[in-house]
Amino acid sequence: MRALLEVRDLAVRYDAGNGAPAAAVDELNLDVTEGEVVGVLGESGCGKTTLLLAILGLLPGAARVVKGSIRFRGRELLTLAESELRRLRGAEISIIFQEPVLALNPVRRVGPQVAEVVRAHRRGTGRRGREEALSMLAEVGFSDPALVHDSYPHELSGGQRQRVAIAQALACRPALVLADEPTASLDSTTQAEMRALLGSLQNRFGLALLLVSHDLGALAALAQRVLVMYAGRLVEAGVPAEVFGDPLHPYSRGLLGAVPRAVVPGASAHPRAPVPIPGSSPDLAGLPPGCAFEPRCPDRLPACTERPPQETQPADGRRVRCFKYGG
Amino acid sequence: MVRLIRRAAHGLLLLLGVSILSFVMVELAPGDYFAEMRLDPRVSEATVQALRVRYGLDRPLPERYLRWVASLARGELGYSFAYGQPVGPLLWPRVRNTLLLTVTATALAWLLALPLGAWWATLRRGPSDAGLAGLTAVLLALPDLVIALGLLLLAVRTGWFPAGGMVSLGHEQMSSSERVRDVATHLVLPVTALVLSILPVLVRYVRAGVADALGAPFVRAARAHGIPERRVLLWHALPAAANPLISLFGLSLAGLLSTSLLVEVVMSWPGLGPLLLEAILARDFHLVLGPVLASTLLLLSGNVLADALLMVADPRIRDEGT
Amino acid sequence: MEADEPLVRVCGLTKRYLARGWRRAPAVQALAGVDLEVARGADLALVGESGSGKSTLARCLARLEEPTSGQIWFEGVDLLALRGRRLRPFHERIQLILQDSAAALDPRMRAVEIVAEPLEVLGRGGRQERRRCALELMEVVGLRAAWAERRPLDLSGGQRQRLAIARALAVKPQLLILDEAFAGLDASIQAQIAGLLGELQGRLGLTYLYVSHDLGLMSVLAEEVAIMLEGRIVERGAISRIFADPRHAHTRALVAAVPSLPAPAPSPAP
Repeated sequence: MRALLEVRDLAVRYDAGNGAPAAAVDELNLDVTEGEVVGVLGESGCGKTTLLLAILGLLPGAARVVKGSIRFRGRELLTLAESELRRLRGAEISIIFQEPVLALNPVRRVGPQVAEVVRAHRRGTGRRGREEALSMLAEVGFSDPALVHDSYPHELSGGQRQRVAIAQALACRPALVLADEPTASLDSTTQAEMRALLGSLQNRFGLALLLVSHDLGALAALAQRVLVMYAGRLVEAGVPAEVFGDPLHPYSRGLLGAVPRAVVPGASAHPRAPVPIPGSSPDLAGLPPGCAFEPRCPDRLPACTERPPQETQPADGRRVRCFKYGG
Repeated sequence: MVRLIRRAAHGLLLLLGVSILSFVMVELAPGDYFAEMRLDPRVSEATVQALRVRYGLDRPLPERYLRWVASLARGELGYSFAYGQPVGPLLWPRVRNTLLLTVTATALAWLLALPLGAWWATLRRGPSDAGLAGLTAVLLALPDLVIALGLLLLAVRTGWFPAGGMVSLGHEQMSSSERVRDVATHLVLPVTALVLSILPVLVRYVRAGVADALGAPFVRAARAHGIPERRVLLWHALPAAANPLISLFGLSLAGLLSTSLLVEVVMSWPGLGPLLLEAILARDFHLVLGPVLASTLLLLSGNVLADALLMVADPRIRDEGT
Repeated sequence: MEADEPLVRVCGLTKRYLARGWRRAPAVQALAGVDLEVARGADLALVGESGSGKSTLARCLARLEEPTSGQIWFEGVDLLALRGRRLRPFHERIQLILQDSAAALDPRMRAVEIVAEPLEVLGRGGRQERRRCALELMEVVGLRAAWAERRPLDLSGGQRQRLAIARALAVKPQLLILDEAFAGLDASIQAQIAGLLGELQGRLGLTYLYVSHDLGLMSVLAEEVAIMLEGRIVERGAISRIFADPRHAHTRALVAAVPSLPAPAPSPAP
């Protein structure tokens, strides 16, 4: 089956204006097939948001795609005209942003903001748009869609606003949904609800989901494949059980060690204290000539400072970019 | 509601303060209404003194002020020496004329500034962007006086527009439709002068407000949903930019009134401006206070209007209330 | 003060926000009678959702808000009875670290100035002395002297939080309240800050009060947890007990919301 989304050798450069350009994304390869949930794990500055914006052609002015290709259903997105891209956005590929309060217009009611997505892409007008909005609001779990439809964003809670943002993203039943940290700004029980909602909607509508998050819980629960990014590059990929249970790349291992693990019923009595990764986040404008993680890596080899490692496949379905595994 | 009442109370205090300040400032200016009379050798000093007593100019300042406040209550607003009548009736026709000028100019200026500023906000760096920046800079730099005089010159040279005044000779004999046309043609120049003075500032603020709104995260989200750019601008960005612009509207009124006073004087438009100038030069005490207070009142009403508009435009402010 | 007197004791604290606004937003009962004791040297976490009152409680303790009724005792002294000059010594003893470090630090001041500022306000030592003190504190929190002249916005989120901690430590507090201080930071940075706090506690004998909605994170930082719901503490206990045997329905909901991950494999030999 041909992949829905194919990213090949993508490189995005970011000109911050105060010196050297930063390589926000480099040598990135990734595939998403119909109905698949792919997770991207990484910390701030690793390029995961840049990846999503590049797919939709929404990179800010200072960022440029300098190399590579992004194909959606066989069409090359990077060379597509703006008007064509606009037709895709919201209708075939849509996005859920991190902070719901920022994604909604504060001086407009919430319902029309969902309806306008429908109207922008289908032939529906006036009444039809409102009906679709109401039905979508019901789908995302509101028991009183009409009340929510006529509310302003500031009258809703964080979780409610994020549901509205999901309603906007799914209003036209897109094939691919990009989600940028959809649970980050929410309360823990709301996060759990949101994870469950995304899972059920993905199932019901057969959506492909590209889920970017630093929340391992969300990725473990929803993703069928996980990619780990560091300093704009993919460093490891595989099935969540393997990547989280037996990480290959030293960064993945460090990250999993740094995440607090609550006491799991049946496991040992005391929660394990998080072990930090020494050093600080990479400066994308001043990356070393070798592996970007080398300064903080507990397993460094002499080759690590000479050149960046290549991607290898140490086992079936697993990819890693590290000299320890060939690279 | 509480908010509006508080505003009204502040306004009253402001009026009080302005009136006291004006009283004091006119008093501090050297000379009084009868200064010129003193220079006339035919009039004796005793006569001048007697006149002063008659008009109460020898009384202490606080007493004069209180008497004036009392006459305010009667609707007279004091007594003008120059015109020999209470100030009140003199004021109203002038206020009406100033309003005609300033309301027309404000409406026109905003009607031009909004689309122009919004369009400018959507431009990238290029010839149009630079052109607008240059044009507004030039207009900003030109003193209002120069603009007004320049327009007068244009009128005189080409004869397209009457050079000053509000009505032509024989205005009373015209039919009502002709009278309207007459005033309208006289209105063109002063309105143009005012609009040219305030437009550059407004356009820049509109541009800044709309550019800000266009950079907002929810606009990015709307674009991400494939909403066409025109709708993004008109339905999303402009309403969100309304908030700072309405506040600007309130503030711009102060500048507008002082500019209009200048334009009225230069173009002989019979509004508050020429009246005020006359009164100051003649030290006609109470006549000075009249236009000053009228202006202040206009300013306050404008701000209350802006506040009310803000409550209508922004639901967040409506709900916050205090 | 006796040896086993708790550092902080709260009795029947309530806080009510009055109705206001055009549409008459209803009055909010942020705290509905809170009783709490914090022992010296403890690591207590207040966990709850938004609106549970945890931040309000923290702010009342730091005396940034006035409770509607109730009592707060700090080191045996009635905190609410103090005002103005007599309250000032207690501001030093209770310090607050907030979530948004970028907003908590003056963007125009340099890092070392920010840390030295409390000393300046309190009139401690001369300029040189204060600067030396500030640099020492920055060292303690892991900020190299090279960062001394940087402005907050040139630092990363984690570095800003360290700066906020250094500034709090300048006045030698006894109680450090961290209100969602970890939210918005990457996991590895959270781990670094957690390690720093642990080390500081041993060295300086601090008492920590964490406020958070993230029970999972609190489980590795705090020894004890108090669950808040609608302005009240509904359950309190040691972390391990809360996870093993949650009694209140809300506690169970919070425990259930903590994502579980497969246990990490031991690291392979290089």
